[in-house]
Amino acid sequence: MAEILKVQNLSRHYTLNGSTIRALDDVTLGLDEGRILGVVGESGSGKSTLAKQVMALDTPTSGEVLLDGRSLFALSPRQLRAARRNFQMVFQDPYSSLDPRHDVGRIIAEPLHLDPAAPKGAERRELVGELLEDVGLSASDVTRYPHEFSGGQRQRIAIARALITKPRLLVADEATSALDLTVQKQILELILKLREEHGISVLFITHNIGVVDEICDEVAVMQHGRLVETGPARAVLDAPREDYTRRLLAAEPTLEVIGRRSRRVAAR
Amino acid sequence: MRKLPFSLIAGGMITGGLLAAALLSRVWTPADPTAMNILNRLKAPGEAGLLGADQIGRDVLSIIMAGAWTSLGIAVTATLVGGAIGTLVGVSAAAKGGAFERVSMAVNGVLFSFPPILSAILLGALMGPGALTSITAIGVFMIPVFARVTRGAALQIWSRDFVQAARMAGKGPALITLQHILPNISAQIIVQLAIQTGLAILSEAGLSFLGMGVAPPTPSWGRMLADAQTFISAAPHLVLAPGLAIAAAVLGLNLLGDGLRDLTDPRRRQAS
Amino acid sequence: MMLSVHDLRVSFAREHGDPVEVVHGISLDLAKGETLGIVGESGSGKSVLSLATMGLLPRTARATGRILLDGEDILTMSERQLCRVRGRKIGMIFQEPMTALNPSMRVGAQIAEGLRLAQGLSRRDARIEALRLLEMVKIPRAAERIDSFPHEMSGGQRQRIGIAIALALKPELLIADEPTTALDVTVQAEVLDILDELVAELGIALILISHDLGVIARIADRTLVMYRGDEMEQGETEQVLRRPTHAYTRKLLAAMPGRVRASLELSDG
Repeated sequence: MAEILKVQNLSRHYTLNGSTIRALDDVTLGLDEGRILGVVGESGSGKSTLAKQVMALDTPTSGEVLLDGRSLFALSPRQLRAARRNFQMVFQDPYSSLDPRHDVGRIIAEPLHLDPAAPKGAERRELVGELLEDVGLSASDVTRYPHEFSGGQRQRIAIARALITKPRLLVADEATSALDLTVQKQILELILKLREEHGISVLFITHNIGVVDEICDEVAVMQHGRLVETGPARAVLDAPREDYTRRLLAAEPTLEVIGRRSRRVAAR
Repeated sequence: MRKLPFSLIAGGMITGGLLAAALLSRVWTPADPTAMNILNRLKAPGEAGLLGADQIGRDVLSIIMAGAWTSLGIAVTATLVGGAIGTLVGVSAAAKGGAFERVSMAVNGVLFSFPPILSAILLGALMGPGALTSITAIGVFMIPVFARVTRGAALQIWSRDFVQAARMAGKGPALITLQHILPNISAQIIVQLAIQTGLAILSEAGLSFLGMGVAPPTPSWGRMLADAQTFISAAPHLVLAPGLAIAAAVLGLNLLGDGLRDLTDPRRRQAS
Repeated sequence: MMLSVHDLRVSFAREHGDPVEVVHGISLDLAKGETLGIVGESGSGKSVLSLATMGLLPRTARATGRILLDGEDILTMSERQLCRVRGRKIGMIFQEPMTALNPSMRVGAQIAEGLRLAQGLSRRDARIEALRLLEMVKIPRAAERIDSFPHEMSGGQRQRIGIAIALALKPELLIADEPTTALDVTVQAEVLDILDELVAELGIALILISHDLGVIARIADRTLVMYRGDEMEQGETEQVLRRPTHAYTRKLLAAMPGRVRASLELSDG
């Protein structure tokens, strides 16, 4: 299997009031074609900073991001634009990620700006309509505006936008965290379906271990900008090698403690 | 239809009336605003024309109407030109950041600290009085106002994820500003245009009053006030008419600005 | 019963058209020392229910039914009466500890403020009491931290300050609306456990509102499941989670990640 994404010794440091903050510190990881890699960590772990570097929305202090073996930061602006067709992003907050002044058709078609040969007019409308149906909305929604949709529907629109250039890598930054549980489940199922149908690779950034377990093949645990542990999701979650991973797993909200409370009440 | 804010209706009516008077004056006024009739000198309202006559017997209502054209023309031009330049500076500063933002905002601060009357007197001394002097003086004053407001509003939009999505679509700062930033801050710009036009009318009147505005015989509210000073006890209507016209114009445009602000307030929008 | 809500209906006036009803006849009872979890997704009406209980509904809202707190109806109280009830009889914990605290005031002073206003304590006594509260919510080195500003504390510590403020006036009822949603998972558990211990120790009734069944499971004795303003089911938490009677509860449980569901089955044995 070919490696679609390789992050090599990636660091991103900021200077704030004279002191250096290592938001990302010497991180190395890889993602094979058609796989889903979960990056899990708490706030301040550097997982969102990592997403920004991978999307070339920010430049690292040192290190490399290789897409199909080509360094992202060595590309000319023109080459970068061409490369962008291959990777797109879904953001956390669907209320902030869609321009309220644009209709759904315009929002979804925006990344076609990357492709000078992209279809126009009726052909473009048809493509947008197909994508809308792909993500579980209706083709007639193209002329509606974001405020007419619920959070889950908005996230579907954002996913449709990320898919229009037929990217091979999708980066989802806490893409289900702002959603209701039942809606989260639908979106996760949608991502799995897209992987199956289009063989798309996904870098799934989240704080939720339950979600990692649902859809990820591999997992990378991060803390304070550093990589703590990586490996197959099943193996890491079942038998964590690192202390921090164990703590994270122990803190995970579960349903098994109902017994504890009842016992305590009974003992009183 | 939802209920429109009161200020929007009141402001719209006053501003609309003023605009109508200004436009009407181009084709019709009760009398020629520049025609002297010494027999009507200082006549009170009703005795000669609806608003009386001035110290050389010109019809006051006609001068007020023609003056509305002058005032509004200069104020609107100055605000539009200054507003456009200021908005350009503001959204560019927000888009570029870094040194460009710091320098442009510093220059802005310096400009902002000059009262428009002072810079007009300076300009007047250099260029001589006239409409262009007024427009330049007021317009220059508008630049920092708009630059500041639009930069703040634009920065807020830049922090939204849909801008990141546009960057993911390979769009540069100019295109993002055009397609995403400006449409999302247009409401603030329009509100600011209304309020600043009101202030510009006030500044224009001040400049004419000081003799730095349009040259006679072009009718102007500010100069009417200046000329009427000497006759304030003999013919108070000469002070009242232009004074009330200026007050009404400023009030109307401010109400209009407030009304537009209420109308475009997102909290109001969501409630509907 | 300490708190007894009877057939509560809340509707909101709209600028045009008929009012929309968002809570359709909810009834519940809560005794001292008991914790009621209210679970639901966005639009379920759970937050409106809690606002009504605190007498904090916006002016556009109309509520019918009864909300009896120690036999007195919150819905018929004047704003002045409500002010006496809030804080003294009902304490509140908010979702976002950063916005609920005053950023320019030291945390000790924020806790002491209510004590001095409501109980007329002297500056010195209020400070001593504030320190005791800080220790109660397990703020490490409380004697030093009492003079910290909110931004100098972590999210979990800020939420503990929020709990200390809510408990300062010894309320009989505590309402916590998504108190751990904004916190990291490792911190969530700590804060919940502190909250749980304190209400049990002080014999306070707690209403815990959350979208997360895991949070509810951890500390609620009884659970009310809401959907679009209606009660789906209400009962012992254990009963609701293990033997849900309503299809919506089952759907909520099914939406939980597999690991979490597995933990329920594991502990079943």
